[in-house]
Amino acid sequence: MPKTHTARPLAIPAISTRLLLTAAGVAILLLALAYLVAFDQGALSRSGMYMHELMHDGRHLLGVPCH
Amino acid sequence: MPLKLSFGRLLIAGLLAGLIAGLLAGTFAYVAGEPRIDAAIAIEEQNTLAHGEAGGSEELVGRDTQKNVGLILATSLYGIAMGGFLATAYTLLRRRLRTGSDTRAAIGLAAAALTGIVLVPFFKYPPNPPAVGDPATINQRTLSYLAVLVLGLVAIWAGVLAARTQTHEWRRATAGLTGFLIVVTIAYALLPTTNEVPGTFPAALLWKFRIASLGTQTILWTVLGLAFAGLLNRLATSSARQTPATAEPATT
Repeated sequence: MPKTHTARPLAIPAISTRLLLTAAGVAILLLALAYLVAFDQGALSRSGMYMHELMHDGRHLLGVPCH
Repeated sequence: MPLKLSFGRLLIAGLLAGLIAGLLAGTFAYVAGEPRIDAAIAIEEQNTLAHGEAGGSEELVGRDTQKNVGLILATSLYGIAMGGFLATAYTLLRRRLRTGSDTRAAIGLAAAALTGIVLVPFFKYPPNPPAVGDPATINQRTLSYLAVLVLGLVAIWAGVLAARTQTHEWRRATAGLTGFLIVVTIAYALLPTTNEVPGTFPAALLWKFRIASLGTQTILWTVLGLAFAGLLNRLATSSARQTPATAEPATT
């Protein structure tokens, strides 16, 4: 049996107010990106229904309710 | 002291893992899912013609573009977003995950997400192909879907809390699963039931579409967890090399 090698755990940044604010900002951007794929009908993409129609098949296969 | 990682570097690892996961999930979806969507659209068009509605309206995006560009774009962007969430959750929760292994922590979080936001929603609101679903209820179905996603994550959280009340390993597993299932059962009972599959829709096609959808999402989260763990491992290896004085002796 080959010996299992576990990498030493990496040090994660300490939880600070600044980190929490950055994480909250990032989460809002990520939510917007997920919203663009899953639900947007032009309000966010500013492309009318183009992006919505383009990503139609992905939405169905990612399990998002659609029409 | 191992290298202290910034949130930025972890986030980039998550986004990159998400892109890889999205591309692979998209490839699977193209092979396993697109034939089902084509078949469902053919049924949809037949229905439209049979009802004498104004069919053949000008399409904004052609089928070929939807299949060849749109699908991969959708799964990639979705994968990137989920990768970002995984990296953010990892940064905020790593200290609370009681394992010394970053690999286990990363894959454990991805498995929790797969359970909470894919499997729990799947059995309450199984995904539907085109030609299934009443457009009049889309807002209500979207809200129910979002609710079941959130409740799936709450169920995971409840399971972890319940497991942590016990010390014996077998009791931990039993308490954790029980806590999880109690929340899922309550959520399933409270959320409205949707059944809009027309009686004439072929059962085999519906089944194959749903399996393709489940496969797409399972691949997305599995690859995401593995790729994120792999990238963390790379960061750990390179940080050990950058600080040779404190690096562990090579094990090879």
